[in-house]
Amino acid sequence: MRIERTKRMKKRVAYYQGCSLEGLAVEYDISTRSVCKALDVELVEIPDWNCCGSTPAHSHDPLLSAALAGRNLAIAEKIGCETVMTPCPGCLKSLKGALQVFHNEREHDSFMQLLAMPFAGEIKAISVLQLLYETVGADQILQRITRPLIDLVLAPYYGCLLSRPAQFAQFDDPENPVSMDELLSSAGATVVDFPYKTECCGATYGVTRNEIVAKLTGRILDMALSLGAQAIVVACPLCQQNLDLRQSQVDRHWKRRFDIPAVYITQLLGLALGIEPERLGLDKLFVKPDFFLKLSLNHSEQMKEAQS
Amino acid sequence: MERIHTLAIQESCDTDFVRKVEEASGQKVSKCYQCGNCSASCAYTQVYDYPVNQIMRLVQLGQKEAVLQSHSIWLCAACQACTTRCPNNLDVARIMETLRIMSRQENKVAEKDIELFYREFLGSVKTFGRVFEAGLLPIFSLKAGKPFTDMDLAPQVIKKGKLAFLPHRIKGRKQVAEIFARFEAQQKNRKTEAE
Repeated sequence: MRIERTKRMKKRVAYYQGCSLEGLAVEYDISTRSVCKALDVELVEIPDWNCCGSTPAHSHDPLLSAALAGRNLAIAEKIGCETVMTPCPGCLKSLKGALQVFHNEREHDSFMQLLAMPFAGEIKAISVLQLLYETVGADQILQRITRPLIDLVLAPYYGCLLSRPAQFAQFDDPENPVSMDELLSSAGATVVDFPYKTECCGATYGVTRNEIVAKLTGRILDMALSLGAQAIVVACPLCQQNLDLRQSQVDRHWKRRFDIPAVYITQLLGLALGIEPERLGLDKLFVKPDFFLKLSLNHSEQMKEAQS
Repeated sequence: MERIHTLAIQESCDTDFVRKVEEASGQKVSKCYQCGNCSASCAYTQVYDYPVNQIMRLVQLGQKEAVLQSHSIWLCAACQACTTRCPNNLDVARIMETLRIMSRQENKVAEKDIELFYREFLGSVKTFGRVFEAGLLPIFSLKAGKPFTDMDLAPQVIKKGKLAFLPHRIKGRKQVAEIFARFEAQQKNRKTEAE
């Protein structure tokens, strides 16, 4: 008898976590792994991966950036993966940039000369959001929700790079992305119509030009609060760092206390999927998400009572 | 930031600069018709010396010195808002990136701290294979003469166990260093060929 292939078949994806997820964004790594496990996606960490060079490599030379990111792609191909997933949009830009350079006639040879490793350039690079939204799908996730995020009012914030530029990202809408909105709605949350979805948070200037981040991040926090959001939901470790870790600096600049948590999409979906908060790194956030965590837990208990 | 600039554009026009920018970026800068969508979308105009549409115009006019010495090209965060909204489908952010690279190659960088930060970051990658956050920040702060950068955040970060005190040295760090070495050799060759 022929075995029917189902959508629930286990998927195997190369995992490129990137440097941020080893340090300041460790909760993004923890929650990504937990959520993928719960959704039957097997993550194979790229053995001995290196830093993609991020913005500094791009600003030095796109070819150097491509070669640094390329080493990771070449290793992922070697271990037999067709897709590499990274939670970090900055890393994604470098990985996709490497593929673009590889397929560019003018740059191909110089790139291969720098890389000096066998590489076929057939692997695909996607973000964790793309994996959840396109590969797994909101409908599949909906079926597995055990703890709906009822009563949570959330502002989805995508940042610059996840869907831009459109031709390069080939994911969601460049001006009005909706993937996180839909995933969060599926998980039962109320999602505000957030006009600053793709406004820049100040990027890497937290260290070198702090006042830029204070101003731009402050605008995003202010908008989220004015729309009644209890938390901002993010998918980028740099955005999260500016909105969360640097919120105390933003507070000082604006002479007010924002006190709004910035939570990763994987952490919230994890909660909705019934994963325990400890396995989602919620304790690692600087602005505590306690109040909505309690809210969500209370509700699920109430629902259980109602059902019994 | 100084916002009034006087340029003697006929005297300082460098047509070869226009050609080089277009070649390196793969973008036809001459297509820009100054609609201003890029500047209207840019979150950084507030700190720029020239708004991004003026940078495009200056490139068209071959104003190499003014462009490569501008603060704007280094304060651009490559957020892609300009590229997304250009009606002529110019990859404006890519042009800004090309200009950053050219300004470094020609020693005309106006934002020294930002360049220093990028250089130290890449140095960390070259040495360890991954970036070592806890080492990068103090070195940058000292070299930039701003020893207290982000000191206010250190206690919280340590408390959350988010700071590694030792670098993660990957096994393939020699491979990574070799990529850098080959890149530098390639650059050198190109420079000699051009001369």
